[in-house]
Amino acid sequence: MCFVTPAPRTAQPRDAALGDEQAGVAIRVVNLRKAYGSKVAVANLSFDVNVGEVFALLGPNGAGKTTTIEVLEGYRRADAGEVRVLGLDPQRDGRDLRRRMGLMLQDGGIYPQARPREILRLFASFYPSHRDVGELLKAVGLAEAVKTPYRRLSGGQKQRLSLALALVGQPKLVFLDEPTAGMDPQARRATWDIIRSLRERRVTVLFTTHYMDEAEQLADRLAIVDQGELAAIGDMATLRHGTEATVRMVTDAAVDVEALRALPHASGVQTSGPASCSFETPDAPALLAELTAWARDNSVVIRELRAGRESLEEIFLRLTGEEVRG
Amino acid sequence: MRAYLAQTGMELRLTARRGENVLVTLVIPLLLLLFFASLNLFPGSSKPVDFLLPGILALAIMSAGMVSLGIATAYERHYGVLKRLGGSPLSRGALIAAKITSIVALEAVQGVLLVGVAVLAFGWTTNGSLPWAVVVALLGTTTFAGLGLLMAGALRAEATLAGANGLFLVFALIGGVFLPIDHLPAAVAAVSRYLPVTALADLLRAALGGGSLPGFSLVVLVLWTAAIVALTVRTFRWE
Repeated sequence: MCFVTPAPRTAQPRDAALGDEQAGVAIRVVNLRKAYGSKVAVANLSFDVNVGEVFALLGPNGAGKTTTIEVLEGYRRADAGEVRVLGLDPQRDGRDLRRRMGLMLQDGGIYPQARPREILRLFASFYPSHRDVGELLKAVGLAEAVKTPYRRLSGGQKQRLSLALALVGQPKLVFLDEPTAGMDPQARRATWDIIRSLRERRVTVLFTTHYMDEAEQLADRLAIVDQGELAAIGDMATLRHGTEATVRMVTDAAVDVEALRALPHASGVQTSGPASCSFETPDAPALLAELTAWARDNSVVIRELRAGRESLEEIFLRLTGEEVRG
Repeated sequence: MRAYLAQTGMELRLTARRGENVLVTLVIPLLLLLFFASLNLFPGSSKPVDFLLPGILALAIMSAGMVSLGIATAYERHYGVLKRLGGSPLSRGALIAAKITSIVALEAVQGVLLVGVAVLAFGWTTNGSLPWAVVVALLGTTTFAGLGLLMAGALRAEATLAGANGLFLVFALIGGVFLPIDHLPAAVAAVSRYLPVTALADLLRAALGGGSLPGFSLVVLVLWTAAIVALTVRTFRWE
């Protein structure tokens, strides 16, 4: 019983941004800069997010992710550069934008005494059209807790209620700032399913996370930011571009590393103990064939032989360094 | 409109759910009225309830606007509720209107309760002007709601909690609520004349007692209202 009121009169989107949505661009960020006093949060950031895309914004703490999102949401004014969200200027066209977007803050922002059902009903009343509150509560797994005051919900339940608030207004675009922080593995997977269902509805999703497996699982494309600048952007295949496959081999006895180095496709050989070595190679299949042939010819027993690509976590650490940030 | 009504309903439910809120806005004014009206404070003169009821109504307005609204809003800011609402289509105007409506509704309950007890328990009667009493009460509501929001928008939540309760106590004691201010030490009385609560109590007393409104108190209250509203609008921060 989702009831729909007539669409609100909306100011005609002006200037160049007019074409954004037709061109399939949901979010456009051009040379964004934002500083708090002398501390530069976002130095110079540009990227686009396409309509219907699930997009991950990654980076160490203090990289400028939340600042970027808050500029897009209209909470903060950019010092320089231009942003467009659904073709709208978040500052000038904030009212129109807020009707069409949903958002999840890092800290809930919900009355401690409010109960899930009533707060969802309240937010439902704010939007031109809304999802059925009961179904949404079921979808985020809060059907059993509809009358529990917010302050007594678990961390994961609080996050899921906050997610439901982001979705209740049938947004065309949602901003999710660390949506699964504090969730147990079951709740995380349930949240992933919800985000995937948004993709099926062609809802654009921009999310941040510190879980690399989550970003890898969910995102169509990813951007890695570091110190307020873009370090890399693209889908997983693009981010891996130029990085070689890694082959790891463990044998049951010490091996002659020099013999391995002599193999035609062996490069970047590293050992971690006498019976364990790894290779960086542009051609993993060829190297694997050479290694197995070598083992057969020398009667070496292979305990483990693994070829794989760099994980997102490895890419992330390579691009942003290993030192701990604020 | 739908958003405003829903938000007003939420504000009212939350107000009723906060136990300390019910205590300070309803129970304490009622107990103070019962206690002081039962004492023989003004031997030989008119009934004490004639002086006390307007004072306690001023106290109730102060508790609803400054203490209840101020502290609740301070914590909403602290918990990021105001920020989250700011990211929804609910307009600031609708949020403020909802808060004002809920305060006025709370004051209506306070008024019915206090006047009802005054009439039933102490035989209070009036030949005053209800419209003037309402106008004065709204002026007082604006002042104290503004003062509450001024603290909520500028101070930490804990500081607002302490500040609102502290001011409430000071204003109750020296603000001409229970006793005419000429019973106070001269130096304190000199300050008290200029307090918004003294002016409000004085004006309510005149409006309910059938006299003409005292010009000095009217000027004091209007100046407070203007100053506080101007300051609150300039300093209020939503995050």
